[in-house]
Amino acid sequence: MSSFDHNPIVEMTDITKHFGPVIALNGVSFDIRPGEVHCLLGDNGAGKSTFIKTMSGVHKATTGKIMFEGTEMSFASPRDAMEAGIATVYQDLAMIPLMSVTRNFWMGREPIKRFGPLRMIDFDKANSVTMSEMRKMGISLRSPDQAVGTLSGGERQTVAIARAVYFGAKILILDEPTSALGVRQTANVLQTIDKVRKTGIGVVFITHNVRHALAVGDRFTVLNRGKTLGTAQRGQITPEELQDMMAGGQDMVALEGSLGGTV
Amino acid sequence: MTDDAQPATGPQNTNDDERVKAMGGFRRWLIRPELGGIVGTIAVFTFFLIFAGDSGMFNAQGIMNWSQVSAQFMIIAVGACMLMVAGEFDLSVGSMIGFAGMSIALMGVTMGWPIWIAILLTFALCLAIGAINGVIVVKTGLPSFIVTLAFLFILRGFTIFFPQIIERRTIIGGIDDAAVGDWLAPVFGGEILGFLFQWLSDIGLIDVFSRGNRAGQPVIDGLPMLIVWAIGLVIVGHFILTRTRFGNWIFAAGGDAQAARYVGVPVERVKISMFMLTAFCACVFATCQVMEFGSAGADRGLLKEFEAIIAVVIGGALLTGGYGSVVGAALGALIFGVVQQGLFFAGVESSLFRVFLGVILLFAVILNTYIRRIITGER
Repeated sequence: MSSFDHNPIVEMTDITKHFGPVIALNGVSFDIRPGEVHCLLGDNGAGKSTFIKTMSGVHKATTGKIMFEGTEMSFASPRDAMEAGIATVYQDLAMIPLMSVTRNFWMGREPIKRFGPLRMIDFDKANSVTMSEMRKMGISLRSPDQAVGTLSGGERQTVAIARAVYFGAKILILDEPTSALGVRQTANVLQTIDKVRKTGIGVVFITHNVRHALAVGDRFTVLNRGKTLGTAQRGQITPEELQDMMAGGQDMVALEGSLGGTV
Repeated sequence: MTDDAQPATGPQNTNDDERVKAMGGFRRWLIRPELGGIVGTIAVFTFFLIFAGDSGMFNAQGIMNWSQVSAQFMIIAVGACMLMVAGEFDLSVGSMIGFAGMSIALMGVTMGWPIWIAILLTFALCLAIGAINGVIVVKTGLPSFIVTLAFLFILRGFTIFFPQIIERRTIIGGIDDAAVGDWLAPVFGGEILGFLFQWLSDIGLIDVFSRGNRAGQPVIDGLPMLIVWAIGLVIVGHFILTRTRFGNWIFAAGGDAQAARYVGVPVERVKISMFMLTAFCACVFATCQVMEFGSAGADRGLLKEFEAIIAVVIGGALLTGGYGSVVGAALGALIFGVVQQGLFFAGVESSLFRVFLGVILLFAVILNTYIRRIITGER
């Protein structure tokens, strides 16, 4: 696998995070290399959200080491992490539905053109870049003025992903991108993740759906009760084993049996 | 079961794109925020041309009359609109108008300072109060409705209190005398383009006074600065909102503050500056008003905050923020001015104006909610 020839972009070792008396993370190790999809799996409350927020600069780790491209780093704010190339696409806060695709795509980084003393948004450039970036991801927009509210959930995720890629992300953190989507939309998002990986970006794919993880993942790390239970490579682990680890080693087999193997 | 499900998903897949594209020109027009304002403007002009066309409403003086009233609404509507798009309200606009006017009168007449100093200090004071409004809202996370409601009472109270203890009255006159020869006062109380109106009267388009000491002069001296300010604010506001980076941030702050923060939009700064803008607009209104009347009264600006908000809503802005148009708000203000004065010209009891306001507000909000559903695809 070619991504193993590279050094990790981000390497996080023994991260702990305490909120007052609550221990949210208790020794998490995780790394991400260019051009791979590293899935972070865990049940609700396992600490997935806290962990990615630590990675994207929202929280500061209580203890532990974060190496970014070989040097130790500590991000003071999400803005810092973004500047460094860590982009996060949050599940439901990715887009503003009332605003157009172009306005969403460029939000916070609008291209400027000068007209005498006036500085205004260069809508020609903004629109054409948006259209072509969306086409690359396999979505043809009716018009760049289209409100994001008219797009499906999967398409909204794709706009957010395309935005992160265009603005030079080295690492893309996707927080449960498929959890609220239908079958077809999920397939589209997984396809998009695959396209992003091929551009050499490291993708951190957070999910609690083992099948979605196995569809695109190169490596799988399972988080349970604030700890990493280990990392497995593609082909070394079965869906059942992953499922069991997520449930914390509890015997899922009995449960699955009673549900007719549908979990 | 599975056999039934199969054909159901088949055509849906292939139709997905066509369904989006099927949105026709009519619906695309519907989602323009200005639509309600345009339709309303056409409707009220048609109505009054029919019912008050021969009453003098549409001769030069009549037009100037409702234009000035509309311009007043427009000035405060611009601020209220941009603040509402940023997701907040300001209920202290009316009190701010009274407060600013009284501040100019107290400094310029009672204290005897030059009017330009009084005007500039009053602007600084109003901007500071607007900033306080904004800081309290963004720091506490309280609804702006409550915070600015508090300032509605605080400012109105001071507006009555200060002239009472200093001058033992609540109306202070003599501002016109104090403003004679001042360089800044004409920027708010003056008129421009006098030659144009002279020329219009020369070619017979507008009437001239037929008797009195101004016989032969046109009935309109020039374009009042009040109208110039209104048009200027609308143009600048529309440009900022639709064409600039900051405008994009205003939409973003009101559309979803958290999502905007995630991509680095300084939401707090945007909101505070919009509170300062509404304060600025209220201060422009007040300054034009005291320069026109020559006096300041403690009851000025009563209920103006609600009229501004209604104009903005008629103009297509959503009360929940993130969507709206300055041009739409300006049309809302025009509808206001035309109806308020038009009822007078048509000889209708003027209290019916309030009935009209309530009815049109309801219609506008219902229309906007419907439009929002179209844009966001909610059911």
